[in-house]
Amino acid sequence: MFDLTGKTALVTGATGGIGGAVARALHAQGATVAVSGTRKEVLDAFAAELGSRVHVIPANLADKDSVEALVPAAEAAMGSLDILVNNAGVTRDGLFMRMKDEDWDLVLRVNLEAAFRLARAAVKGMMKRRSGRIISITSVVGTTGNPGQGNYAASKAGLVGMSKSLAAEVASRGITVNCIAPGFIATAMTDVLNDKQREGILGNVPAGRLGTPEEIAAAAVYLASEEASYVTGQTLHVNGGMAMI
Amino acid sequence: MSDIAARVKKIVIEHLGVEADKVIESANFIDDLGADSLDTVELVMAFEEEFSVEIPDDAAETIRTVGDAISFLEKKAA
Ligand SMILES: NC(=O)c1ccc[n+]([C@@H]2O[C@H](COP(=O)([O-])OP(=O)(O)OC[C@H]3O[C@@H](n4cnc5c(N)ncnc54)[C@H](OP(=O)(O)O)[C@@H]3O)[C@@H](O)[C@H]2O)c1
Repeated sequence: MFDLTGKTALVTGATGGIGGAVARALHAQGATVAVSGTRKEVLDAFAAELGSRVHVIPANLADKDSVEALVPAAEAAMGSLDILVNNAGVTRDGLFMRMKDEDWDLVLRVNLEAAFRLARAAVKGMMKRRSGRIISITSVVGTTGNPGQGNYAASKAGLVGMSKSLAAEVASRGITVNCIAPGFIATAMTDVLNDKQREGILGNVPAGRLGTPEEIAAAAVYLASEEASYVTGQTLHVNGGMAMI
Repeated sequence: MSDIAARVKKIVIEHLGVEADKVIESANFIDDLGADSLDTVELVMAFEEEFSVEIPDDAAETIRTVGDAISFLEKKAA
């Protein structure tokens, strides 16, 4: 089950905790992976570790031209693109009343607009091949909201609406479009939390611990697989029970 | 048959998987050839690629039959 031999995948934010785990897991299932991020040396080291079936394609997702070039570069490197994982994401937290325009803009641009551009580019080849997988990493807070994250929650909820709409358009062509909504996962993004914040969070997680990037990656492998071909327009919540939705 | 007409028909046959003798100029993609709205978008994209032209959305909407596509692309080439 969940064999991805011969498939090609592009993972954004592969320099990060979750993206790295997703790329590693897709690769372990046999896929060829293109890994993207802004930190080229981290990508190079990651590729060296994976060895074969890996391509490094740096891109700054805050830059429109750099985003537009990414899918064509991945297709050129791998011959096609079967699986797109929109994972890159940023936070610029702040209370709503005082949120700066540039913090709103950056979060929406990287988290939502880049995903739109990448999906739009990737779906063309997928339509031709009559198969494809588009997976976006959202967040539990896109559904529940979270004080201080108006911009981030909007971007993640936006991904869900975008994915459902695209899913409906391309379902008849063998393409599925889904989201994975992590709860609190141990990565650089949650390292910034202090002990008190961490305790507060864990109090709301029935599983009593943070999740691991590998637990998100397993969901990505599933949604990328042939076995998940009847699952589309969905959000798979992986959150230790902190929100049951 | 012009070269453009032949290329258009080839794309339509391949893309919609229809018999060549059904692909006549008066054939409407949706009513006669069984295309859905997504197919018509894909056809327009295939024409754009084959003929290296850009077909804006308002022009694409007027391309409903095989003949519409041929005359649009012939005009572009002229
Ligand atoms: N950790 C959690 O608890 C949690 C919970 C819910 C959702 N998520 C989501 O999971 C995804 C991955 O997060 P993570 O926890 O793995 O965080 P992370 O370790 O901080 O990784 C974030 C990734 O996004 C990339 N990125 C940020 N800005 C970029 C830009 N302008 N251009 C290109 N890439 C950019 C980073 O690449 P570079 O560093 O190379 O620029 C990095 O690889 C994000 O979408 C996040 O919102 C995480």
